[in-house]
Amino acid sequence: MSLRPFLDVILAGLVLGVAIFTITARDLFAAVVGYVAYGLLLAFVWIRLYAPDVALTEAAVGSGVTGVLLITAGKRLGALKNPAPEAQPPLTLKLLIGVLAVLVAGALGAAILLLPDPPPSLAPEAAAAADSAGAGLGNPITAVLMSYRSFDTMLEKLVLILAVVGVWSVGADKAWGSAPAELRQPKATAPMVFLAQMLAPVGVLIGIHIFWTGANAPGGAFQGGALLAAMWMVIMMAQLAKLPRIDAQWLRVALVSGPAVFLIFGLAGEVTAGSFFAYPHSLAKPIILFIEAFMVLSITAALPMLVAGPPSERPDR
Amino acid sequence: MIAELGTTTPDGYLLVLAILLPLVGIILSFILGGRSPERVALYSTPFGFALACAIAFHVGQAGKPIVYTIGGLPPPLGIALRADGISAVMLIAAAVIVTAAAFYARAKFATPHGVRESRSSLTFWIMLQAIWAALTIIFVGGDLFNLYVALELLTFAAVPLVCIDGRPETLAAALRYLLFALFGSISYLLGVALFYGAYGTMDIWLLAQRVQATPVVWTAAALMTVGLLAKTALFPLHLWLPPAHANAPAAASAVLSGLVVKGSFFLTLRLWFYVLPALPTDKIAAVLGWLGSAAIIAGSIIALRQARLKLLIAYSTVAQIGYLFLVFPLATGTQSWGAIGWSAGLMQLLAHAFAKAAMFFSAGLLAEALGHDQIAKLGGAARVLPLTFLTIALGGLSLMGLPPSGGFSAKWLMLQASIASGQWLWTLPILAGSLLAAGYVYRILAPALSDGQISLESAPKRSYEAIALALAMIAIALGFAPQTFFDFLEIGRPWRLGNHD
Amino acid sequence: MTPLMLAGLVGASLVGLGLYGLILHPHPLRKLLAFNLIGNGVFLVFGIVARRGAAAGFRFDPVPQAMIITGIVVAFAASALAVAIILRLSAESGRVTLDPEAWTKPNGGDAT
Repeated sequence: MSLRPFLDVILAGLVLGVAIFTITARDLFAAVVGYVAYGLLLAFVWIRLYAPDVALTEAAVGSGVTGVLLITAGKRLGALKNPAPEAQPPLTLKLLIGVLAVLVAGALGAAILLLPDPPPSLAPEAAAAADSAGAGLGNPITAVLMSYRSFDTMLEKLVLILAVVGVWSVGADKAWGSAPAELRQPKATAPMVFLAQMLAPVGVLIGIHIFWTGANAPGGAFQGGALLAAMWMVIMMAQLAKLPRIDAQWLRVALVSGPAVFLIFGLAGEVTAGSFFAYPHSLAKPIILFIEAFMVLSITAALPMLVAGPPSERPDR
Repeated sequence: MIAELGTTTPDGYLLVLAILLPLVGIILSFILGGRSPERVALYSTPFGFALACAIAFHVGQAGKPIVYTIGGLPPPLGIALRADGISAVMLIAAAVIVTAAAFYARAKFATPHGVRESRSSLTFWIMLQAIWAALTIIFVGGDLFNLYVALELLTFAAVPLVCIDGRPETLAAALRYLLFALFGSISYLLGVALFYGAYGTMDIWLLAQRVQATPVVWTAAALMTVGLLAKTALFPLHLWLPPAHANAPAAASAVLSGLVVKGSFFLTLRLWFYVLPALPTDKIAAVLGWLGSAAIIAGSIIALRQARLKLLIAYSTVAQIGYLFLVFPLATGTQSWGAIGWSAGLMQLLAHAFAKAAMFFSAGLLAEALGHDQIAKLGGAARVLPLTFLTIALGGLSLMGLPPSGGFSAKWLMLQASIASGQWLWTLPILAGSLLAAGYVYRILAPALSDGQISLESAPKRSYEAIALALAMIAIALGFAPQTFFDFLEIGRPWRLGNHD
Repeated sequence: MTPLMLAGLVGASLVGLGLYGLILHPHPLRKLLAFNLIGNGVFLVFGIVARRGAAAGFRFDPVPQAMIITGIVVAFAASALAVAIILRLSAESGRVTLDPEAWTKPNGGDAT
């Protein structure tokens, strides 16, 4: 008996339907809200594809934090006094691009169907390396992120920092050094404060737990860090904590600690384990968890700063 | 002979050091803040240059690429770095241009007195080091996904430089650049996904041994190429480049036009000559050649009609990028003219990088000295700014392809390769491009050399003029490159792989 | 239709939809939303590849899934940078358009 194929089709239909709505909605804000809803539906798709780590990341980062970012932007843009009337492109252009889009989608779909059987996979290599380079980690994705392809992960942390500097750089010259403004609410409403006081401690505990179990079960530094970042944003939006100044030394150290610790151990690997970014065998797992802890710190600091925007001189928006 | 490229060679650690140097610089700049980013960046430039030279020396000595498998884990599970002839040469070029830009930028981006930390200063020095790091990874990376992360690093570093002065037109240009670049990266990533789905690896060397001419591979290659073309601003995906490069500050424009667009082009070379040489690529090479020809003609004609100097130089970049894509029809295949075409393409890459950087530096000096960059009002300017206009003349020489210059070598080699390969049709855009380039260089120099009274708002410092002149002279000096230089470029190039004749 | 074929259909459609939106919508924030749709489509392709790679006792191939996680974080950072520029542009000029000509004065821009 299989209800599953029907549920799968319904899920696929919903995802596509909301995606179409996002593209075709007239109102900017409606499109943004549609996108957030679509992101949550995607998390279910990931679960169906046997990717719980990805589902967690999609829900936390792809839909959650991105949602806050886009909704903040949508509200600000929707409140423009004279939004320029959007010039609708001519119908022939729409048809032309529509045909192009259908061709691209069709070619891609065909390519996916023509992928070879038996499918090549690195799962056997990952399983074989699990005890040596994989440091005995039970979660193979963590092994990939933190050991086999740790260079990519370290670079990606730096990309995050660079994005933070990029976001800060679009602020005004005279505002440099002060705190950003996007997460500031006009006043802290009682429900928001209540939510923050109730939710934040629980959320922090869950976030740390998700990071810690990521060594052997679905989870990890990104997912845990994203949840902690969300809790910090909730606290700041409830005005239980102030947005930090961007020249605050603790903020700078927190942001850069992840990639910095990663680099230190990466360089040390040449001496202790014979190759850059290698770990000495007996200490591999503790080192990985140590690096991940700082990665969590970096992510917790970086994600809210990316949403909070450039420094602003006005005391409130 | 297929070299063994899957295990670490003894000097491979240099590759990691070359990448980590600017990355450490970024972290130090960010933590220390204040006036440190400028110092960190400037002090690291000689070390970066030394590392690039060391890598080139080792590659030349070994006669084959140097390899490093990160973490000691070889591909397909791990990531490998590989430096061959063209990597080493590009690393040196990047080190020189970044160093020049760093010293040139001290005038505008040093932290002003009395201020602990300034926005433009921190941003510029961090982004410059990030561009350098990203380019280093692009030149030595051996894993397609690693290269994707490097491309994103490059984009995130280049975009804020475009809008660093905060004017609305630069913000709009930066936004358009960002969206094009993001489209490019995601198209590239989609191609990588298909390659992995088909062959279970993203390592360039392993893929080269496994690929076959299936629809999946063609789709993946097409997706990656379109993405890289968007990032390289090849006609018709070039719309984002002129406003972005023309409105950025001069030091940034020099790096953007000289190096950043070359990064994605370098990856296009890696894709077609290193991953896919086993495929029958003649038709695609011809398409790329046609698009390049269109870029040469269109870019040069639009450059002729520009009123602002920096826009003219930016459209000239669009045109000169077109020459780069003539490498594809001229270097594909295993005949001897392939080596000539290959040398021609690399020489064009290098000559344009130095010449264009020199021209943007000069345009910046000129704009500050005269208060504007309107070509119509340049009458008699050469008399008051002799060194600057000498630089423009020398850079223009290379862009036009007149001897002696790197640009001349490049175009001469391209002509040789087209005739030797029987594809004489390519000689037409090459020659037409030179004529049109002569046209727009004349447009700049003629009023400047004429009799006219012009007054300076401020005199440029000699040291900055000297930096620009030095880069232009390197572009000229490339014209004297000996045959050993071209042999060096051949190190590591797979031109007999798979089931070719 | 197997779940993987369905996911492939969804992924390919998302890429097509996103491409349509990216090219046609004049407003930069809508272009950003469309770009995110393309990104999700690409990640779905990775996910399909990962699921197909089930072997050696694993239900999935961990390497593509790790790449998706990296990709999601990078895409978020890209969106944040784009949003910051868009909001700054709207604050500076009151309008949000990608056409740089909209601000060019007839005599051309100023120095540097």
